[in-house]
Order: sequence, then structure tokens, then C-alpha cells
Amino acid sequence: MRAAVVVFPGSNCDHDTYYVLKELVGVETDLLWYRQTQLDRYDLIVLPGGFSYGDYLRAGAIARFAPVVQALPEYIEKQRGIVLGICNGFQILTEAGLLPGALTKNLTRSHLTRSLSASGEGQGEVEGQGEVRFICKTVKLRVENNATPLTQLFRYGQIIELPIAHGEGRYVAPQDIIERLKRNRQILLTYYGENPNGSMENIAAIMNETGTVFGMMPHPERNSEKLLGTGDGLKIFQALVTSCQLSV
Amino acid sequence: MKEFLVRVVVEPKPELLDPQGQAVERALNELGLKNVSQTRVGKCITFRLKAISASQARQRVTEIAQKFLANPVIERFCVEVEEL
Repeated sequence: MRAAVVVFPGSNCDHDTYYVLKELVGVETDLLWYRQTQLDRYDLIVLPGGFSYGDYLRAGAIARFAPVVQALPEYIEKQRGIVLGICNGFQILTEAGLLPGALTKNLTRSHLTRSLSASGEGQGEVEGQGEVRFICKTVKLRVENNATPLTQLFRYGQIIELPIAHGEGRYVAPQDIIERLKRNRQILLTYYGENPNGSMENIAAIMNETGTVFGMMPHPERNSEKLLGTGDGLKIFQALVTSCQLSV
Repeated sequence: MKEFLVRVVVEPKPELLDPQGQAVERALNELGLKNVSQTRVGKCITFRLKAISASQARQRVTEIAQKFLANPVIERFCVEVEEL
């Protein structure tokens, strides 16, 4: 069992993710430079969070043409292993068309309501209006499908806590794609209690149809030890590694 | 080969809520520009391109815009080509 954490110019969660896999889960892990295209030796490939290429143009839009991402379709096609994109990694996977939909600018409604009432205009929240904001906080998530390599260590309907930190995390997709995601149970985690970014169907994490490619906006590597919170994130990495070991 | 000035204008799809556009529209109203509607904030990418003809330039730019400059899930774009 061998894992890789890809390092793009601008990745900034690569070392945290590497640390969790290597030191907490205990699997052989390499930091993989984004120009590498030899992926067959890895059972798990993680595209970490960060700001690859400064989020220029759109988050993930330039990284998706990086050599390592160009090599992913073949890796996925032959079901060599599992691919996980966290935050910017999720954005890269949707830009590359390896996961459906797109992640676009956050829509935060609570902020708008507050600013309107503070200005004394007496207006309530205007339907369909919001504010673009970078959000960095811990959120509650509901496990919508626990029969997947990513979520198998959680109970169905369990509420977990993970931090989010993104400006472009609003999941959007055409309605037929949303219906297909629901039908195939490809929605794995949803925001619980409040929807922080305006994602359709409160979507926080999805997988592809074959259950080999995973994308999530929350950061499991930032809550993998009790010191940093509930430690829920560790179970996500442990679950993925368990699946990889079973298929080796 | 001729040289062309290319301008690709990318904006959020009409059916997609654009919080940037809404914030700008509110500010336009507050600054006295009334009767504004459907404000969208996008981006404009300009470059020079050598090509045999304007139609060839337009075709090549449209292809790359579909693949890279715009994300068809959330954005639409238009291409302007002007001979220099």
C-alpha cells in the first residue's frame, strides 16, 4: 500500500495531508511533484487543498492541465486505485471533468441579512441575494451514504465536524446531474444545520459513478487529531486506506 | 499571417446566481444609477494572435475558450476578433 500527495505550485495543505497519512494512518506516502506522470505505483492519490496557480482564472482551471492531472484519466479508467480531491483538489477534479459539476463563488446569506438590518433600511433578506466571502470555520456535516470507501467508518446519518476554508465552494450542476447524483447515491456528505456557501442540495462531498474518485470541500486533514477537534477527519483517511488495502 | 487582437469575455451563465453582480448592482443603485438590472461580473481575457484569417482565429479561440478560458458548467463566453 502506497499513497501519494500531489504538490502543485500553490498547494498549502500537502504537508498536513502527508503527515496524517504517514504518521497517523501509518502508510507509506510520497509527496508527488505535479510534473510526475508515473502513477501506477500508488493505491491512493490525494490532490490536496491550497491555491494552485493562485486560483487564477478559476480555482483549479490551470492545475487541471498539469501533467499529473493529465495522467489521472488513465489511472481512473483502469481502476488502479482511489483518487481524493480535497478543497482545491476537488475544484481541480471538477475542472478536469473527472467529477461532475463545478465549484463556484460562495453565496453567504447571513452576512447580507446582518448588513441590511445594521444599515437601518428595515429590509429583510432579499430572496436570491447574497454576498461573496471566503469562509474559514468548522462546519457540521451529515453522512448521506456510508457504504463507500470514503465514509465506511461512519454511521448513516451521522453528524461529523470538519473545517472548511474556501472562497469558491458552492457546488453547482445542471439539474439532471443532481438527479443522477441522488439516484446513484453519489452525494456522500452534506452541510448540516446551515449551508455555508450556497451549494446545491447542501453538497459538501461527492464521488464518481464507479466509487473511485472522491471530492470534498471540507478539510479532513485539519481535524485528524483530538488536539484539533473531534478527530473525525482521520476516519476518512483510515477508511480510504482500508479500501485500498483490501483491493491490493 | 495576419495579426489579430482577440478579446474573450466570460460571464456567469444567466441561470446561475451571481453574488458579485448583485453586490455591484446594489452599489450602482446607491451611487445614483437607477433602473439597473441583471448585473453580471465576469472577466475579459485579451491577447494578440497570429492567424491566416479572422475566421481561423475565431475558430481556434472558441475551441480553447470552451476547453479552458470558460467552464461551460457555470459560464458562457463570447469571442471578439479584430484585425490589427
